[in-house]
Amino acid sequence: MNELRDLYQEVILDHSKRPRNFRKPETVTAEAHGRNPLCGDTLTVFVDIENGTIKDIAWEGHGCAISTASASMMTESLKGKTLAEGNNLFEWFHRLLTAPPDLGAPAGPLGKLAVFSGVREFPVRVKCATLAWHTLKAALDRDARPVSTE
Amino acid sequence: MKTVAPLDVVRVRRDFPIFERAVRGKRLVYLDNANSTQKPRVVLDAERTFYERGYANIHRGVYLLSQEATEAYDRARARVAGFLGARNPAEVVFVRGTTEAINLVASSWGRANLSAGDEVVVSEMEHHSGIVPWQLACAASGARLRVIPVTDAGELDLEAAAAIIGPKTKIVSLIHVSNALGTINPVDEIIALAKRRGIPVLLDGAQAISHGPIDVTALGCDFYVFSGHKLFGPTGIGVLWGRAELLDAMPPYQGGGNMIHTVTFEKTTYAPLPFKFEAGTVNIAGALGLHAAIDYVDGLSWEAIRAHEGALLARALDRLAAIPGLRFQGSPKHRAPVMSLTVDGIHPHDVGTVLDAEGVAVRAGHHCVQPLMARFGVPATVRASLSFYNTADDVEALAAGIEKAIEVFRG
Repeated sequence: MNELRDLYQEVILDHSKRPRNFRKPETVTAEAHGRNPLCGDTLTVFVDIENGTIKDIAWEGHGCAISTASASMMTESLKGKTLAEGNNLFEWFHRLLTAPPDLGAPAGPLGKLAVFSGVREFPVRVKCATLAWHTLKAALDRDARPVSTE
Repeated sequence: MKTVAPLDVVRVRRDFPIFERAVRGKRLVYLDNANSTQKPRVVLDAERTFYERGYANIHRGVYLLSQEATEAYDRARARVAGFLGARNPAEVVFVRGTTEAINLVASSWGRANLSAGDEVVVSEMEHHSGIVPWQLACAASGARLRVIPVTDAGELDLEAAAAIIGPKTKIVSLIHVSNALGTINPVDEIIALAKRRGIPVLLDGAQAISHGPIDVTALGCDFYVFSGHKLFGPTGIGVLWGRAELLDAMPPYQGGGNMIHTVTFEKTTYAPLPFKFEAGTVNIAGALGLHAAIDYVDGLSWEAIRAHEGALLARALDRLAAIPGLRFQGSPKHRAPVMSLTVDGIHPHDVGTVLDAEGVAVRAGHHCVQPLMARFGVPATVRASLSFYNTADDVEALAAGIEKAIEVFRG
């Protein structure tokens, strides 16, 4: 039961029920569609990049509590960040999810995102937590110009 | 009339070593039997004894070990034939599983029999393994795939079936029992429809095989396929049974050792059935394990198994229906102990994870039936599937776990 509480922390439940930035922004410089064929989760991530900074980021789609909360919290954490900061955060987030459970959760710059550390006990759910992040990466890779201009 | 003694589940569970372990500190409640079944000790012993005491390749050696292995493999084939009510063991081809069996028929029978303008009939509730091999065969031949629709209850639309199975139909390939909904299809009626036009019928018995006796002769089908691992046997072994005249007329599926009669660079002739379809070194230990699994199940009495599973299913449907917000997908009248369900406001994966934390193993996802999921308008479901070793306590653990999920998410 503790594992369950660690996984479905209040913050995660809150974001899964009331996802933030659940919309399509007026200006979109890049977007990508992500899908988890195993469970049918599907989402689209929209970004508005200006001078290497994530001016706006939002998403639409549907999925489980973990993927919904992750998409919601990702958009909250990244708004206003530079692309380099965003990449760094994804690396830390990935480390958080894949580190052995008996090690302490790496803190780094994760902030609120550290609530996802409980996912480590349920390795099949790691893909749910990273779906939005991988989709964002695909959006940014496809639209490489804003990344390379700065 | 003789009444059969009820299944002694406590004793039966002792035959399955896995029930001795705990998961996440809880008693293992295994309700993913439609996915794969657990193995009784006799199956494990059969494989181990073969590797420890009798191992050699078959059909090749002049020495005693090889001869013994060959005889044991032949006995396994004869046992499968008997189990399926087939008259001729040569009609039993060992394959890796249901998927390979359907691919074999779609590819080999399809190559010899399908051409542009022909139609292949499947149903909307087929597993992907009953769809994709036929799509490949249709793409190769120019034939067209026709689909018998499924009703809201999760049953085949028989009126539509009668209209779809027509003069252009070359084969009907149908799942005997739905892996997602548990629907036991009226295969007798479909076979009768097809036979009126002389159309061969393939039945995918992956789910049916563990829930009751199968008699291919009485059924009157032309191909029957199943996987050993869903019948308490090993993975990597499965069966294609086919009528000898159909199998004889089909070209080989794979070429290689064991499937030939003579090989020259000018002309190769093929071995007789069933060897024509068993190229390369086969899964000998798997076949012996399957033999042991069949002996085990046959030793239990199908009547007792069906009574036990039927009572458990009724109990589960009753208990789960009382949970607010829980919806069953499909409500077939004739049903194997399989249930697909959703819980309002909670994604099936989250239900599955809460159940996992309680030691309850279910499948959450699309169950390899994406067209059927689309038909019911859900991306995924939670599926609980029972077997004879499940108990009323298992059903209660499932229901309590779902109630816990509701508490976590709505709490």
